[in-house]
Amino acid sequence: MIELSRRLSERSCFNLMEIGKLKRTGLFLVYVFAVYMVFPDNVYAMHIMEGFLPFNWAAFWWIAMVPFVIAGVRSIRKTVKLHPNLKMLLGMAGAFAFVLSALKIPSVTGSCSHPTGVGLGTMLFGPTAMTVLGMIVLIFQALLLAHGGITTLGANTFSMGVVGPLVAYGIYKGLKKLGAPQWLSIFMAATLGNLMTYVTTSIQLGLAFPAATGGIMASILKFMGIFAFTQVPLAISEGLLTVMVFNILNAYSKRELQVLTAFTGKAISTLKGGVKA
Amino acid sequence: MKLFTKNMIILGFVVLLAVFPLYFAKDAEFGGADGEASEAIMELNADYTPWFESFWEPPSGEIESLLFALQAALGSGFVFYYLGYSRGKHSFSKRDQA
Repeated sequence: MIELSRRLSERSCFNLMEIGKLKRTGLFLVYVFAVYMVFPDNVYAMHIMEGFLPFNWAAFWWIAMVPFVIAGVRSIRKTVKLHPNLKMLLGMAGAFAFVLSALKIPSVTGSCSHPTGVGLGTMLFGPTAMTVLGMIVLIFQALLLAHGGITTLGANTFSMGVVGPLVAYGIYKGLKKLGAPQWLSIFMAATLGNLMTYVTTSIQLGLAFPAATGGIMASILKFMGIFAFTQVPLAISEGLLTVMVFNILNAYSKRELQVLTAFTGKAISTLKGGVKA
Repeated sequence: MKLFTKNMIILGFVVLLAVFPLYFAKDAEFGGADGEASEAIMELNADYTPWFESFWEPPSGEIESLLFALQAALGSGFVFYYLGYSRGKHSFSKRDQA
């Protein structure tokens, strides 16, 4: 035990991680009890189901999604053209989202939900690339699993493929700029990106189904309480898993990571082009 | 700290996060909850009728879980293929330089 702690103190970076974990554990316990007091019943948290958005809202989110998909296709095309050897890494980012979306994990609220896995690819290839990959995952689930839907694909892509990645990207860039250690930036980006995905889902449902008393805001808060709370432990899981993958990439795919401007943040002028155009 | 050890510790936390609710909320149903989502919407707007049905639904829970397992297997298959590939490439190029 003593030897272990000595080994730990040798790496100040790891110490930070331990402290962060302790703090998180404490926060998590507080959260758990808060949740149990407020939502003792079985609740739910997932994508919006087929047909469960009124036609106008479904159309609205479809239209809102389109520009990001176009930007994403362009971004992916550019990445692949500039660095053909990154195709496999891009595929891996998509596969990561694919597998995490299939894992329905129990949460303290007594229901199950799943991570989204888009944070990893966002930090590698930029947010709009993940709009496309996220949409592909959602199409698969809508067609083969009756999970989510084609009419609600716009709304679900917007939450999982647009808002989630944009938040993850912003958090990652912001924390890096502030000088946070890389693992922390990655963890927070993936975690909050996941959480904001489901916050967006609640807003979408709240807008479409205002409560009789209290209107849109009351309804949003109702959905948000349900969605966000269930999602917190899963968001943390996603953050941890993303850090794991980055640990491996850092060890074995350093060269690939250095090429990716979205990840390193170097050469900002080309970065903007790489992400948006 | 070795990469493997570090990642195993992180993985331990992930497993704990997934297992903890099973003990904490023992009596919960842990439903997939797609049905409950509709309930909540009906509560807010009793007149709402879904205007579109899924083209195809898995005929049974078994087949649905088969498809979910397939999705996870395909995804993790490729993720680990890539990680193994890059590890092999890494150790190969290291040996080359030595």
